[in-house]
Amino acid sequence: MGQKLLMKGNEVIAEAAIRAGCRHYFGYPITPQTEIMHYMAKKMPLVGGVFLQAESEVAAINMVYGAASTGKRVMTSSSSPGISLKQEGISYIAGAQLPAVIVNIMRGGPGLGGIQPSQSDYFQATKGGGHGDYRMVVLAPAGVQELYEMTVEAFNISDRYRIMTMILGDGVLGQMMEVVNFRDEEKIEKFDKSWAANGHENAREHNMITSIHLDPAVLEQWNVGFQNKYKLISQNEQRYELYNCEDAEIILVAYGSVSRICKGVIKEAAEQGITLGLVRPVTLFPFPVDAFEKVINTPKAFLTVEMSAGQMVEDVKLTVNGRKPVYFTGRMGGMIPTVNNIMTKVLEIKDNHR
Amino acid sequence: MFLNEIIIAGFGGQGILSAGRLLAYAGMLEDKRVSFLPSYGPEMRGGTANCMVVISDEDIASPVLNSCSALIVMNSPSLEKFESWVKPGGIIISDSSMVQKKVKRSDIKVFEIPATQLANEFGNKTYSNIYLLGKLIKETGCVKPENFEKALYGILSEKRHYMIPEEMEVLKVGMEY
Repeated sequence: MGQKLLMKGNEVIAEAAIRAGCRHYFGYPITPQTEIMHYMAKKMPLVGGVFLQAESEVAAINMVYGAASTGKRVMTSSSSPGISLKQEGISYIAGAQLPAVIVNIMRGGPGLGGIQPSQSDYFQATKGGGHGDYRMVVLAPAGVQELYEMTVEAFNISDRYRIMTMILGDGVLGQMMEVVNFRDEEKIEKFDKSWAANGHENAREHNMITSIHLDPAVLEQWNVGFQNKYKLISQNEQRYELYNCEDAEIILVAYGSVSRICKGVIKEAAEQGITLGLVRPVTLFPFPVDAFEKVINTPKAFLTVEMSAGQMVEDVKLTVNGRKPVYFTGRMGGMIPTVNNIMTKVLEIKDNHR
Repeated sequence: MFLNEIIIAGFGGQGILSAGRLLAYAGMLEDKRVSFLPSYGPEMRGGTANCMVVISDEDIASPVLNSCSALIVMNSPSLEKFESWVKPGGIIISDSSMVQKKVKRSDIKVFEIPATQLANEFGNKTYSNIYLLGKLIKETGCVKPENFEKALYGILSEKRHYMIPEEMEVLKVGMEY
């Protein structure tokens, strides 16, 4: 029997990180993720960990670089504008192949934007917001229990591949409360950290952690290594949920809190005699292409729903690759698509394909 | 199917968010699926607050509501904003000492309780939300009163536990009002 609690999404992320053995957190407050910091400030000292409110997001991400270099589990969190500030450090961490967990509880942009929920940082998260040919693993939980499971998993994935993992949520997920069941004990996997720069009293050759390689032939070889790693991750780590897809006329594609609204749409449509399904990408990088191969023959069309102008829909189109029509509907700026918004689009598509 | 979609709205400081959390917590104690979504936007800084609570015996699709089966309002702007959200056959419970406006709809049940006035007369104005929750619990059966009591013990800090017997008394007054 684990522990059953009613908790806020943000708090669950922080608790899960501590349970996963994270003892170093560096951050800077920003709505709607500040409860992560509150929780870390309260709890880290009790477990002998480090909580530090940095002087800026830029400082925080560079502290992550430093702590990750020593092989310790480390996390930072922010919301959209703050994540933009972190991009230089993120690119450096990618270049140095360091494991670290970054949380982005997205809000509406661009610029300072607003503080209401959004999914408009999909491009930034999955295609590289910083410079260079890099990727990070991007996880998209859709509820409080999943925030727990995936935060723990984020640390394991990061250590397994020496890569950054981003937990991409939004204001709804961060602020909502649901019941979470914590395990009595976390199974913390052990990983080889012989690469770490962590002090050894001259017992071995020193390790070098850097992202600078001025000889282009050498830098290319590093890049080839990175790309091989990303390929391996794409083979091993795709995660997704298929929901009600068996006889679906139209299959919705949505992640995070929007996928929850889509489940409401599926129920509503069923009452009107329309069968809809849902492909819910749980990893955004690697994009779960396998999920689409399983259902490609079933629907007349796909409908991607996002809280953005249409970002993930590009990956859906690449994956479907012209085999079926792909439509999009979404809201922007912190507005949340309603069941009615989505149903209207569903009926329009149904009309196109009668 | 057991499905309660509840919106509670009013000013900050009226216990809007605490009321929602208490319901969700009590729902959890009954092994129901629950979600609680507070407003956290600029309106909070401007003084108004609302929250959405779902208590269901099936998986909850979305914690974001666009309509509700029950609405508690503790100020006039909240009634204006959410009156049309209530599904036909649903209920509105209004703190009539704060909400001057009358509910216009005739396809829903309306309960007016001067909760703020009752709480002031009782001697603790922070109890106003409890009167309204009493009526909600009575009319919807969304949670059992004994689990609401357990939720109070679960959520309130220990130094406030002495208030709980009083709050349960207030809850019963609300139920029977």
